[in-house]
Amino acid sequence: MIQQRTTSESKRLTQKIGFSLLGMVAALTVLPIIAVVSYMIQQGAPAITGEFITGFPSDGMRSGGILPAILGTLYLTLGTAVFSVPLGIGAAIYLAEYAPENRWTRAIRIAITNLAGIPSVVYGLFGLGIFVLFLKLGTSILAASLTLSIMTLPVIISTSEEALRAVPNSFRVVSTSLGATRWQTIKRIILPQSLPGILTGIILGLERAAGETAPILFTGAAFFLPRLPGSPMDATMALPYHLFVISTQVPGMPIKIQYGTALVLLFFVLIMNIIASVIRSRARAKRMW
Amino acid sequence: MNIIEVEHFSLSYSDGTEGLRDITMGIPANQITVMLGPAGGGKSTLMRAINRLNDLADVISMNGRITVDGLDVNDPKTNLVELRRKVGMVFARPVPLPLSIRQNITYGLEVAGVTDKTILAEVVEKTLRDAVLWDEVYDRLNDPGVALSGGQQQRLCIARTLALDPKVILLDEPTSGLDPISTAKIEDSLQMLKQRYTIVLAPHSVQQASRTADFAAFFLQGELIETADGKDLFTRPKDKRTQDYVEGRFG
Repeated sequence: MIQQRTTSESKRLTQKIGFSLLGMVAALTVLPIIAVVSYMIQQGAPAITGEFITGFPSDGMRSGGILPAILGTLYLTLGTAVFSVPLGIGAAIYLAEYAPENRWTRAIRIAITNLAGIPSVVYGLFGLGIFVLFLKLGTSILAASLTLSIMTLPVIISTSEEALRAVPNSFRVVSTSLGATRWQTIKRIILPQSLPGILTGIILGLERAAGETAPILFTGAAFFLPRLPGSPMDATMALPYHLFVISTQVPGMPIKIQYGTALVLLFFVLIMNIIASVIRSRARAKRMW
Repeated sequence: MNIIEVEHFSLSYSDGTEGLRDITMGIPANQITVMLGPAGGGKSTLMRAINRLNDLADVISMNGRITVDGLDVNDPKTNLVELRRKVGMVFARPVPLPLSIRQNITYGLEVAGVTDKTILAEVVEKTLRDAVLWDEVYDRLNDPGVALSGGQQQRLCIARTLALDPKVILLDEPTSGLDPISTAKIEDSLQMLKQRYTIVLAPHSVQQASRTADFAAFFLQGELIETADGKDLFTRPKDKRTQDYVEGRFG
C-alpha cells in the first residue's frame, strides 16, 4: 500500500517535471518573436511620424517618408490576390471535389508541392523571362503581381484543398440524397463551411507575397520613383525592396529610417496575420459540426 | 403492386469485394418493406443502388436492372436529381446539414428551385408534424439543426426527406443510435407515413423488423435468401439460415 503510493507519487513528480520542461520549450519559441518585435520597435519607433507614413522620400531617401513603398506593397498584394485567389480556389475545388484519384491528379499534386519548394529568386527570374520580356509587360505592377501569384498559388491551393476536405463527407452524401447537384452541394454546403480555412490560407499566402523581395526584384520593383504609379503597367516601389535598398545601397543612411521601414513592413504582415486568426477563431465558434 | 422492381441485380466494389449477387425482388407500394440480415449483407448497398447514391462510392460494376415507378435507375438518360427526389433516404447516423432547422427542411426544395416563401413555410410545418417533431421545435426553427438531441435530429432528417414528397423512403437503420422512446416515436410515424409513401427499412434489430414489417427480405453476404409477406419470415421461415438469424443464433 505504502509502496504503491510512493510509486504513484514519484510518477506524478516525473510528470510534473515533464510538463514544466515542455512548457519551457514552448515559451522558448515565443522568445525570438518577442525579441525581433521589441528590437524593431526600439530602433524604428522614433522614425514613425505622420510624415514618414504619408510623405515621399527626400534627400536620396535619407529622410522624408515611405508612402510610395507602402502603397506599392499594397498594390502588389491586391494584384496578387486578383490572380491567385480565383485560380487557387478553383484549383482546390477541382482537386478536392471533382478530381478522380488517378495518375494525372497525383501528378498535379506533386507539381503543386514542388512549386511551393522553389526558391523565390527563381520565381523572380521566371517572371522576368515570361512576363516582363516574352509577354512584354515590362517591369510593372502587373508583371510583379503575376510573378507573386505563381509563388502564392501552391499555398492557397493546398490550404484551400485541406479546408474543403475537412468538411465531413456525410454532408456531401446527404446533400446528394436530397437531390442537390455536385455544384449545388459545393456552393451551399461545402464552400460556406470551409470558407474560414480558405480565407486563412489566402491571407497567409498573400502575407508571404507582401514580404518577398526576390520575385519583384526583376519584375516590377523600382529603386526610387518620384511619383506614385499611375497604372498597373508602371513599376512601383515596395517595402521589402525599399528596405533592401536603403540597407545596402545608400551610404550614410540613418539607421532609424531602416528600422522604421522594417517596422512598417512587420506591422503590415502582422495585421494580416491577426485578421487571419480572428477569422479562424470566429468561425470555430460558429461551426455547426 | 410493386413500385420498385429489382431484376438479377449484381454489384461489386472496386476493391474486389462483391456487394450484391443476383438479387431479384419486388418492393410493394405503400407498405413497409423490411430488409434484414447481419452487417455486410448488402442491405445498405441495395438501398444506395436504388437511389444511385453508390455513385459517390467506389463501385466498379453493376449488372441487372432496377426500376422505380417504371424508371430504369441505371439508364444513362435517367435524371439522377429527379430520381433522388423520388427516392428519399434517411441514414443510420442523423446528419443535419450545417444549417438551421428550417433550412434543413427547405434545402431539398430550394435546390430544386422552389423559392416561394409561403410554400416553404407550409412544407416546414407539415413535414415537421408528420415526423412528430413540430411541437418540440416550432418556436426555434432558426436554431441550428445540430442543436437538437439525437432522436430529434433523426426526426428532422425524416421531415427533410418528406419535404420533397418522395414516392419511396429508404431508411438505413434509422434508430440504431437512438433510445427506446425516440425509436418508438419513429416507428409510430412510419406506420402513419406508409399510407402515403412506400417505406423500405433496414431495421436495427430482428425485434424491430418483426414489429414493423408488412413485407420482409433476408439478406446474407450479398445474397437474397428469402422474402415473405407480413410476419411469415419471422414465424415460418423457409430457409434454415433465415431461421437461425431470426432466432438469434448468429448476427
